[in-house]
Amino acid sequence: MEPVVLRNGLVVHPDGAGMADVLVVDGRIAAVGTGVGRDVPSGCREIDATNCWVGPGFVDLHTHLREPGDEAAETIASGARAAAVGGFTAVLAMPNTEPALDNVALVTYVLDQGSRAVVDVAVAGAITLGRQGERLAPMAELAALGVRLFTDDGVGVQNAAVMRRALSYARPLGVRLAQHCEDAALSAEGSMNEGALSSRLGLIGRPAVAEEIMVARDLALLRVTGAALHFLHLSTARSLDLVARARAEGLRVSCEVAPHHFTLDESACATYDASYKVNPPLRSVNDVDAVRRALREGTVDAVATDHAPHAAQRKDLPFDEAPAGMLGLEHAASLTYEALGAGECDPQRFFAVLSRNPATIAGLRQVDSRPRHGGHGGAVEVGEDGNLVVFDPTERWEAHSNLQSLASNSPYLGRELRGRVRCTMVNGAVVVDGGSLS
Amino acid sequence: MIDSIRGRSLMTLHDLTRDAVVEVLDTAESFVEVHQRTVKKVPALKGRVVASLFYEESTRTRLSFETAAKRLSADVLSLAVASSSVKKGESLRDTIATIDALGIDAVVLRHRSSGAAEQVSRYVPHVRVINAGDGLHQHPTQGLLDVFTIRQVLAERRGVSAIDSGSSVFEGLRVLIVGDVLHSRVARSDIDAYVALGARVRVAAPGTLLPVDISTWPVEVVDDFDDAIEWADVIGLLRLQHERGASSFVPSVSEYTATFGLTASRARRLRPETLIMHPGPMNRGVELDSSVADLPAAIIERQVSNGVPIRMAVLYLTIAAPREVA
Repeated sequence: MEPVVLRNGLVVHPDGAGMADVLVVDGRIAAVGTGVGRDVPSGCREIDATNCWVGPGFVDLHTHLREPGDEAAETIASGARAAAVGGFTAVLAMPNTEPALDNVALVTYVLDQGSRAVVDVAVAGAITLGRQGERLAPMAELAALGVRLFTDDGVGVQNAAVMRRALSYARPLGVRLAQHCEDAALSAEGSMNEGALSSRLGLIGRPAVAEEIMVARDLALLRVTGAALHFLHLSTARSLDLVARARAEGLRVSCEVAPHHFTLDESACATYDASYKVNPPLRSVNDVDAVRRALREGTVDAVATDHAPHAAQRKDLPFDEAPAGMLGLEHAASLTYEALGAGECDPQRFFAVLSRNPATIAGLRQVDSRPRHGGHGGAVEVGEDGNLVVFDPTERWEAHSNLQSLASNSPYLGRELRGRVRCTMVNGAVVVDGGSLS
Repeated sequence: MIDSIRGRSLMTLHDLTRDAVVEVLDTAESFVEVHQRTVKKVPALKGRVVASLFYEESTRTRLSFETAAKRLSADVLSLAVASSSVKKGESLRDTIATIDALGIDAVVLRHRSSGAAEQVSRYVPHVRVINAGDGLHQHPTQGLLDVFTIRQVLAERRGVSAIDSGSSVFEGLRVLIVGDVLHSRVARSDIDAYVALGARVRVAAPGTLLPVDISTWPVEVVDDFDDAIEWADVIGLLRLQHERGASSFVPSVSEYTATFGLTASRARRLRPETLIMHPGPMNRGVELDSSVADLPAAIIERQVSNGVPIRMAVLYLTIAAPREVA
């Protein structure tokens, strides 16, 4: 493995930042400092990081890789390439594949495929068998494979007794559950946010209350179980308010928001373009503002993409019939930078929500041999694994259609973005340089 | 807002001005006369091709659109969805592309999904798309024929010609819409048409059959049908849409009829001049008592026969009429 030096970037630490060179040798950070650059090993690859931020690689808590089951939309390999271009060094593969990742054989399959992918791939296991919301999946067996997060994402666990049982079972295992909060009875058949616009468009709504009711229910269950819970893609002002209060109360909660929920509002659905169909749906302007505020001010732990590829012909269906979901990996960092204020963006907060916090929630901070992955989301200091990203906050670029993802259902194509991933290094190897895959 | 549908697709009445609506009504009025001729045909759309594409069952809308196109001398391509490649899984996009490849000027589309007409218009931007009902969203020609029918009747009563009356009969006209607004594309188009023409609209429905945030609509909600019966100059009844599960939104059909049906006893409280309308097909005994449908003030059959001139006007204006230069 060739040594690499990242020259002259602003190295971002959890509590500060400073200009420095970063030398990575044999997969690990060997030196950080201003003098490093002059004293590098022979054959060392040079990457100019002038005017760029250098920090721990991003970690996506919420990636739909579609394999097994829908390899026309995405594969583990293609999704990992999209992640790399987006600056992610690790992704957490969601278990709503076909069949669902609810047993040792399937999780092992994804981990094996993942070990050959361009970024580290960890797996979230299903909470219930087949994600049916009835019987618990073998969480202890999956935890032994290194699974640290469990979710039935795509749907929430509807039955409160089953959810309570899952939380009680998970707590002593030291694993965390993650919930897609939407009450299915309230959101059934809906295809956009419920409100004046959905009424006018004649589209059945998925109301904010469907999300909030499940957030409130799960917080009540945390009180009686003492378990840890992560809320996926929260999208309403009241949901975030509930989480902030639960945290103040001392409950073990974390939450993520998705870029589309802080960049797009429900008005995008007015032309019935299914690129804008997603669950939970794009919300009111008021909710978008609240999500953005919570992202800046700290209620939100992590930005997670909810990268959800779909084959083009399926997104071409009428709005109410098209599948929900949009791509996220390749544009998430730029959208987060913009939402955090672009030129005003605090680099510590940027790396906290894209790297350190999600790595902690996913259990990816420490090096692990089973599954094989390096440490992610750590400080840029000697001895840490070489999972790094170089982000250029000054670049303006247009989101274009030659994506790494096999699918193209991104609502951002053609949009001008601010800030761009220049280089991604996974376990010491440069996989993206100059914004493209090596 | 749109001042004229000339040379445009017609997806919704929501963005039409009073002038745009009146233009359609006046054009339709001029086509009524064709109906009385022995040879019921004018050459306005000679050589033009209109495709009729109905993904949902329909009797009156389909028949009246196709009749209207033929009276204008257009060639009609009628796709029977049930016996076409759609059954073999062909997507809306591919079906439209196939029809377009045969060379068409306009497509009349009925589809179960809201927004389908708008989507089709994105696929074939050079073709005029006429929405013949999309999901719960809009049914523009029904809205137009309803106001057309009201204008005809009220102008006759006043002894003036409908065209000369413009939109005057709607000024301050009190319209009460009753029933399943939530699932009704007719209600959405009707309300848009009434509001564009200056009528006052009230809505009476069980709480479960009102759209959320109806408070943002330009209508007044009345909780009790009985409170508004004498108020109304026009009562527009809506069909309880069993096929969209509407019957699970009320405890029972009989309770619906008892609270929001135009029963014989409620009909006795009507002012004799109050017009009674229904877009059909009626559930007799549910939305209205069978005897009510036969009252002189019930203009339900007239709504049906006006379907042809209104659809002639829409086809003519959207396809053939030159855009006026401002």
